[in-house]
Amino acid sequence: MNEITGAQAVIRALEEQGVEVIFGHPGGAILPAYDPLLASSIRHVLARHEQGAGHMAEGYAQATGRVGVALTTSGPGGTNLVTALADAYMDSVPIVALTGQVPTAAVGGDAFQEADITGITMPVTKHNEMIVDPERISGAIKEAFHIASTGRPGPVLLDLPKDVLNTTFSYEPADRLALPGYKPTMRGHGRMVREAVREICAAERPVIYAGGGVIKANGHEALRRLAEQANLPVVTTLMARGAFPDSHPQHLGMPGMHGHWTAVTAMQKADLLITLGARFDDRVTGNLEAFAPDARVIHVDVDPAEIGKNREPEVPIVGDCRLVTEQLCDALGSAMESDPSLLPDLSAWWETLDTWRAEHPLRDTQQAEGPLKPQTVIRAIGERLGGESIVVTGVGQHQMWAAQHISYERPRSWINSGGLGTMGFCVPAAIGAKTGCPDRLVVAIDGDGSFQMTLQELATAKTEGIPVVFCVINNGSLGMVRQWQELFYDKRYSSVGLGFGVPDFVKLAEAYQMPGFYCETVEDIDATLDKALAVKDSPVLIDFRVDTDEKVFPMVPAGASNDDILESSEEWYAQTGSTGEAGEPGGAGLPERLREGNVV
Amino acid sequence: MPTHTLSVLVENKPGVLARVSGLFSRRGFNIESLAVGPTEVHEVSRMTIVVDATQEIEQVTKQLNKLVHVLKIVELERDDAVTRQLWLIKVAAEGRTRGEVIELAEVFRTRVVDVDADSVTFEATGSQDKLDALVRLLTPYGIRELVRSGTVAVGRGSKSITEGRALRLERSA
Repeated sequence: MNEITGAQAVIRALEEQGVEVIFGHPGGAILPAYDPLLASSIRHVLARHEQGAGHMAEGYAQATGRVGVALTTSGPGGTNLVTALADAYMDSVPIVALTGQVPTAAVGGDAFQEADITGITMPVTKHNEMIVDPERISGAIKEAFHIASTGRPGPVLLDLPKDVLNTTFSYEPADRLALPGYKPTMRGHGRMVREAVREICAAERPVIYAGGGVIKANGHEALRRLAEQANLPVVTTLMARGAFPDSHPQHLGMPGMHGHWTAVTAMQKADLLITLGARFDDRVTGNLEAFAPDARVIHVDVDPAEIGKNREPEVPIVGDCRLVTEQLCDALGSAMESDPSLLPDLSAWWETLDTWRAEHPLRDTQQAEGPLKPQTVIRAIGERLGGESIVVTGVGQHQMWAAQHISYERPRSWINSGGLGTMGFCVPAAIGAKTGCPDRLVVAIDGDGSFQMTLQELATAKTEGIPVVFCVINNGSLGMVRQWQELFYDKRYSSVGLGFGVPDFVKLAEAYQMPGFYCETVEDIDATLDKALAVKDSPVLIDFRVDTDEKVFPMVPAGASNDDILESSEEWYAQTGSTGEAGEPGGAGLPERLREGNVV
Repeated sequence: MPTHTLSVLVENKPGVLARVSGLFSRRGFNIESLAVGPTEVHEVSRMTIVVDATQEIEQVTKQLNKLVHVLKIVELERDDAVTRQLWLIKVAAEGRTRGEVIELAEVFRTRVVDVDADSVTFEATGSQDKLDALVRLLTPYGIRELVRSGTVAVGRGSKSITEGRALRLERSA
């Protein structure tokens, strides 16, 4: 008889799914599962906080394309995971979270460390289940990995009561999925695909609007094929950076609130948006009513609920981004065979786009005598990265600058928290990415505010030997909030000053037994990066002291039309009647259409 | 009030009602009425959900379809469906008025299910309009308690919404 415990069954089922690493934190209710881990081939990375374990699983998943796994105990072990689950849900990241639970007989009785984690996480997971029968363990884990990684990916949580883990039973691996209500549509509807090809052939100002779904579906090669086949310009959203090479001449940059001017404006002026795995998020569209007013829309998404949610498409196509894009390429190819002159002449459109690109580059605000600008640091970091590197960021100004100023050439080279905007994402996600891709250089670019939300995971990086390069873009403030207070609240800075020196990040690095470096001038950047990148066997930390007043531009004010994109502080203040200099008012004199209204 | 009536076939699993009702409130929809019970296939439950028709329900049905335990959703059009509610109505009925009350209720084809010295309890089924009319007429006598079930609904004609996917579940279970 093959009698094992429920806990052994959990670990065996994870091994059967090919799991190589688990990020977790033990505790009372999950104790039984930690024992068989000792005898397993699976590596366990001990996080210092369950939220960290969750973001590590996300970073691992986004860097490798495989399912990330987090393991925590009941009660607070589960509730601490909630932010990471919500983050994974918003950004469609495939992770499986396993939580301990009090014994089934105690469930519902407010036992020690009891929390209704399946109830709590229902709104932020793709699916969840409390396993009340050990016979169900193998099937539930098989289904969890399937659900997490197929269709629109997302987080799945399995709750494991302690008595189920301790029950001995005869283990049989599940041989099938019992999911009658789950069948994602993969191939696009043939008629819709032909309709899309007709739209592409009729467009004069088309733009491919590529979102994170392209990366999730491994559709980057198909995207490139389609773009090159029809000479189409491409924009890549915050979630899609790297889905199309930044160096490619057909790439216009990132759209959205802090996007590249040409990418934003090309979408506004387009007569056709070929939308692949993107969801018309408010950060991309600005005022939805005024977004891309002349564009017809082809919308490809594996999630039917995204289609028509924000913008009604002329051509809806439900399906996997890679498969549908390949279908589009093939349909376009055969149409062109029978009529070689089928494709429209886009030379006028390209001429316009090229003019815009030449006239509206990102501004370089670094002055020779002035303080070190964050963009200067981030560009310098970008120049040191090979194509194989991975950049991971937190949330805030540094994230936007890193998305704007670094060139991304391949998918999964850029990892961030887009939908939920989770400060504290960077440090653990970078650790997860490096765990999954030990041969790649992983650079964590974080802000001083975001960094302090999860910096305890430096201990994980050090003790587990996960050599991430942590770069703190330290402006001594919650910079993005400060920027909004300057621009929309007349420089009335409320609770945004973090100050410099508390903590001393170099000493903090030393306390965590890793090299720490400090840099505050343009001249020192290269030498500092040389020293930091020379360290191969330990994580390192660099404290880049940068200008507190620097703001992220271009910027479309929240809720404004993308036509109102502003490229610099000077252009902004020209609208207000103030110079914006020290002592001068902030955004008090802004015209109504640029004022922050009741929009996020 | 105009309404949408959704018939939702779900796997008969723990928590599925919470998943469905939570999704409606999360996406900003008020459920007017909800009835749930197993179908002719034991593993499949059917929920009949009535929502205010002033709301655009396409987004919520799409989101509902994404729940792993949801098998099928059909919107039943008012004219193509039979909809029923069951109401239990306890009416004050002393000797003097008892006869009137029972007579009135019989016109609506209700059944007397409990009688006491000073009250009568009726079981009434029908569409909401009919039951509203009944209650209006009984109100002057004094309604002591009114209990309403959720609406259940079935499409007219021989077509069945539980054929197809739901029956495949039966075979695989």
